[in-house]
Amino acid sequence: MTAVTSDATGTPRWLTPSPRNWRLALLIAVVAIPGSIWLAPGNVAFWISFVAVSAVTLAVTINAWGRYPGPLLVAPAIALLFVMNIFPLMWSFGLSFFRFRVNRQAPPRFAGLDNYEKILTDPTVWDRLQTTALVVVFTVAIQMIVGFLLALLFEKEFPGRRVLLMLVLTPMMLSFVAVGAFFRFYYEPTFGLLSQAVRLFTGEPFILLKTPAGALAGIVFADAWMWSPFVMLLVLAGLVSVPKYLYEAAEIDRASWWRKFRTITFPYIRSLLLLALLFRTIEAFKLFDIVFLITDGGPGSSTETIAVYVFRVSFQFFRTSQSSALAYFILFIVIVLTNLYLYFARQRSQEA
Amino acid sequence: MAWQSKQREIGTAGWGWAIFAGIIAFIYFFPVLWIILTAFKTNADILAVPPKFFFTPTLENFVSVFSRSYIKGQAAVDTGFDRFFFNSIFIAGTSVLLALVIGTLAAYGFSRYPLPGNDTYLFIILTTRMLPPIIVIIPIFIMFRIAGLSGTYPGIILLYTAFNLPFTIWMMKSFFDELSPDVEDAARLDGSSEKRLFFKVCFPQIIAGLAATAVFGLILTWNEFIFALLLTGVETRTVPVAMAQTIGGDIGVRWGLLAAIETLFLIPVIIVVFVLQKHLLRGVTFGTIKR
Repeated sequence: MTAVTSDATGTPRWLTPSPRNWRLALLIAVVAIPGSIWLAPGNVAFWISFVAVSAVTLAVTINAWGRYPGPLLVAPAIALLFVMNIFPLMWSFGLSFFRFRVNRQAPPRFAGLDNYEKILTDPTVWDRLQTTALVVVFTVAIQMIVGFLLALLFEKEFPGRRVLLMLVLTPMMLSFVAVGAFFRFYYEPTFGLLSQAVRLFTGEPFILLKTPAGALAGIVFADAWMWSPFVMLLVLAGLVSVPKYLYEAAEIDRASWWRKFRTITFPYIRSLLLLALLFRTIEAFKLFDIVFLITDGGPGSSTETIAVYVFRVSFQFFRTSQSSALAYFILFIVIVLTNLYLYFARQRSQEA
Repeated sequence: MAWQSKQREIGTAGWGWAIFAGIIAFIYFFPVLWIILTAFKTNADILAVPPKFFFTPTLENFVSVFSRSYIKGQAAVDTGFDRFFFNSIFIAGTSVLLALVIGTLAAYGFSRYPLPGNDTYLFIILTTRMLPPIIVIIPIFIMFRIAGLSGTYPGIILLYTAFNLPFTIWMMKSFFDELSPDVEDAARLDGSSEKRLFFKVCFPQIIAGLAATAVFGLILTWNEFIFALLLTGVETRTVPVAMAQTIGGDIGVRWGLLAAIETLFLIPVIIVVFVLQKHLLRGVTFGTIKR
């Protein structure tokens, strides 16, 4: 940095105390933060760092005021997301190279790629990923089919359509906890609705969650029920965007229903189906609450999805650094899927 | 919008179709209906075999959500849900409001003053929302412990503000992008300042969008579970966590109580979402799909 003299005394401009001198504030912060982390106890250091960062922020803001509206407008959001998302992610990236348990006093020890090697060779991880894949494939497939059929149901105008549509959309608004809790209630062997319905035919109480396959089906059913309306919404948006004259033309040509669907309807909903598929895949991939409440991963660990597994590794076994490595593995998958999703979403909005 | 038929070219179907759709919708809605019915049943009716479709409704469950009338053995036990309701409303309300202020400014910035690498920022922002919360929670858990923020209101509110931001930014940006630039250009020609442009020209046009964003943000935040499970204490516990803990308890689960809580939440949500149907698609896709 070149010292630009600004006044007669010859003080360089970046040393002049002034509310808009962000360079000086930054300098103080760079000294104060590591200093306080080194010298002061954890919570004091946190607040000193907090004040230092705020001071720098304030100085930068005053400096940018009225001159750079764009950066100034987005800065608070970026800053908050940085503190609450990006920084924790970087931290856990760092942690993943150490050996560290959050419930022990022992300081972190450098471990290189050990954690990654451990999770990639751990058959449990692959087993949990397999469970997750099963859940994702089944739940997304059912959601796509049911959502599509529901959309066909509501494609046309009829009396009471708005109210009925609202009824179908309600499951989406419930909390995962409520869905989990009440499906557990419905699957209950003695007084649960499912068991009682089955008993009408077999005379025996039906314990769905007893077998791994049953438990998986229970989870998939609850999640698919909750989110099929989402697919319906997207497909409906596509269906109503089809220009009516195309159907009229097809009518004249006496095209069959299937042909009309394949050549007119499908091209209009294709991109939305793809978006629904990707969106639901991302969401199903992180399925946690429903599993946690309906089966808690059981029987045994047959329905433990990867999210539940990470939760257990970090907060029940407290293998903190190992779970960080695992988290990065998941992060990678989610980034790829989100990228794909946005690519197709943008492509569609350009077509429209 | 999309599936509202007023100005759209969609076909019509008759009463026969309406009845068919009614039956399907009823079957689909049945699990929710059962929750609502359960809320009005006595404990004996809830656990009845075979299930009771007709019963004498009682408001007992709703009363016990907020009162200390719950009798365990001899002593009256506080369900504590009055507290948890307050916590949920306070935490969700404050964080949604904060996210709305910060997010709307950012969305306006992203929409009107694109930075170099604008799309990259927006992508990163959306990715933080798509991540399973379990990934970021490990370091946040440690951070909060060091800063003494775990179990406090500021901690969870700050976290939920960040949780709501990506959604708010994408939603509001999609609304800002839709405004006609002509009006702004005209105002600019008349010599409006940039500040005036935002408050007098853009802002009045996006109030409906703000309302929709706030409602969907509130629903998302109210329902959030993992962060609340790990980062709220006894004093700041929210409704979903309290519900989950009721289920894990050693006494029999009080399904009536849980059903009453969910019904209390659901009724305002159904009404509000019915009013905001226009923005539903945008709301559930975080503003990535407009129509």
